[in-house]
Amino acid sequence: MAISSGRVESAVSTRRARVTQARPGRARTVQLSRKTLTRAIIGIILVVEIYPLFWLLTSSLKTQNAFVSQPLWTIPSKLDFGNYASAWTTAHIPSDVINSLIVTVSSVVIILLLGAGAAFALEVLVFKGRGGILFFLVGGLMVPAQLVLLPLFEIYFKLGLNNTLLPMIITYVGQGLPLTVFLMATYFRSVPRELFEACAIDGGGTYRCFFSVALPLVRNGIFTVGMLIFFSVFNDLLVALTFNSKPSLSTIQVGLLNFNGQYGSVAYGPLFAAISIVIFALLILYLFINKQIMRGLTSGAVKG
Amino acid sequence: MRQVFGNRRAIAFFLAPALLVYIGVIVVPVGWSLVYSVFTGSPASGFAFAGLKNFRALFADPTIPQTLWFTVKYATVLTVGQIVIGYSLALLFKFVLRRSSTFIRTLVFFPVVLPTVAIALLFAQLFAVTPQAGPVDSIIQLFGGHPVDWFVSGSHAFVVIIAMDMWRSVGLFAVILYVGLLDIPEEVIESARIDGASGFSLLRRIILPMSRPIVAAATIFALNADLKVFDSILALNNGGPGTATTPLNLYMFQESFNYDNWGYGSTIALLITGLSLVVTVVVFRSLRRDITKD
Repeated sequence: MAISSGRVESAVSTRRARVTQARPGRARTVQLSRKTLTRAIIGIILVVEIYPLFWLLTSSLKTQNAFVSQPLWTIPSKLDFGNYASAWTTAHIPSDVINSLIVTVSSVVIILLLGAGAAFALEVLVFKGRGGILFFLVGGLMVPAQLVLLPLFEIYFKLGLNNTLLPMIITYVGQGLPLTVFLMATYFRSVPRELFEACAIDGGGTYRCFFSVALPLVRNGIFTVGMLIFFSVFNDLLVALTFNSKPSLSTIQVGLLNFNGQYGSVAYGPLFAAISIVIFALLILYLFINKQIMRGLTSGAVKG
Repeated sequence: MRQVFGNRRAIAFFLAPALLVYIGVIVVPVGWSLVYSVFTGSPASGFAFAGLKNFRALFADPTIPQTLWFTVKYATVLTVGQIVIGYSLALLFKFVLRRSSTFIRTLVFFPVVLPTVAIALLFAQLFAVTPQAGPVDSIIQLFGGHPVDWFVSGSHAFVVIIAMDMWRSVGLFAVILYVGLLDIPEEVIESARIDGASGFSLLRRIILPMSRPIVAAATIFALNADLKVFDSILALNNGGPGTATTPLNLYMFQESFNYDNWGYGSTIALLITGLSLVVTVVVFRSLRRDITKD
């Protein structure tokens, strides 16, 4: 890959050199304006991506007085960290973060365990009707969340599960399974079958072959699917809002929404501070894992 | 070998938990929802059998065509934007920035991992008019335009919604389509260049046709997600003014929980399901026909 792209670049640059020799003036202007255009585009991208976040950060440090009296784009003359203190307490940020983490992490772990197990059974093990069951499970991809919410609400209520975080976790697991089984089955399919056969011949039982051979072989796939599920559960609002019965069980999304509803139109500073805590906490997490996200996206899932 | 791969107890051990949860959380509720749609009321107020009344109401309700049209318009505009801008960014990463694209790629992708409510509240403030003109209106004034009160008319709010959701999601499509471009063998591009293709003709004759499968997959993925929009609009302006920017999903949620009408809510949910099924099948078929034609 690297060699061939190097070859392309050298081929292109020799061609360019030839062109420059023939018509030096024009080629240089074309080159120059292309460079300016590229720079302009990158400049626009940088402004569009960074300015809103920069503005969020500076606004979160403004006093209430500055919000009312100065244009909103201005940078505060005096930094006021009080907004963060009041957002931290009135927006229940600590408990929201804990709820979000409990719900997200347990959903991801359960989905991966159940999904990888089911995909292993359907792709590696041999029994009658496995194709049909795979189709039946993956068919769940076509069911929108809205269709199952109301019945689930009644079921959880009858089981006495409301007032806990369980309804959210169970629902996320059910909704995440079709995609997980589908992707994990693709990963297991790409593993050469001889490896599983070798494990069986060496006397490993079914469970041993799953835990010590199959799972380690698809660990990149598990990581990619895990990240996909993590962010879709962490950023979900529909399920979290439907099964939210009291403020102490709010996730970050529900907590922010309620905080905005109660104080958003008066307490500008704390609202900006609350948004900014959430966004910049995720920025730190993102800086740690973005390489793995990019690697996960650029290999595996798409190529199957 | 057969003992290992055909072990019935192991098959049940691996398969049963997933199947049980799937049946309990997806399959049974789907059937249950069908039953709701021939009742009116809710568990709190009690159910009454209604026959086809909900379905008749669906056709008579003037809000349904409005929310349906908004949903379709939103999904179409956003999907086109996601694919066109996402593809342009992917081309920029692959052919202009090449190996130095990592930073821009990481930056553009970042909003994808952010909670939608946080983004929506941020955009509500960017386009705010109270207590002072927000940054967007300030820029408009800087260029001599009149500031706009973004959330009092449906068409202005639509602009904000599209801007917000583009900002939130375009990075995902840029990266997915970039991966598609990476899959095109360098030799193909190289030989096309040697044959004299460059710039626009290289794009049109070689790169676009070769990335068609990934563009098709991304389009179906985008449409399906966009037709189910809910959280960003709920947090931005709650579908206002009135129901001018209310998508079907939000309308279903409001009917069920604010007006306590689960039967009607389930009927709207069925409409949403039908809509995404039809759209997926139509898009899938037309794109597949395109691929086989080449």
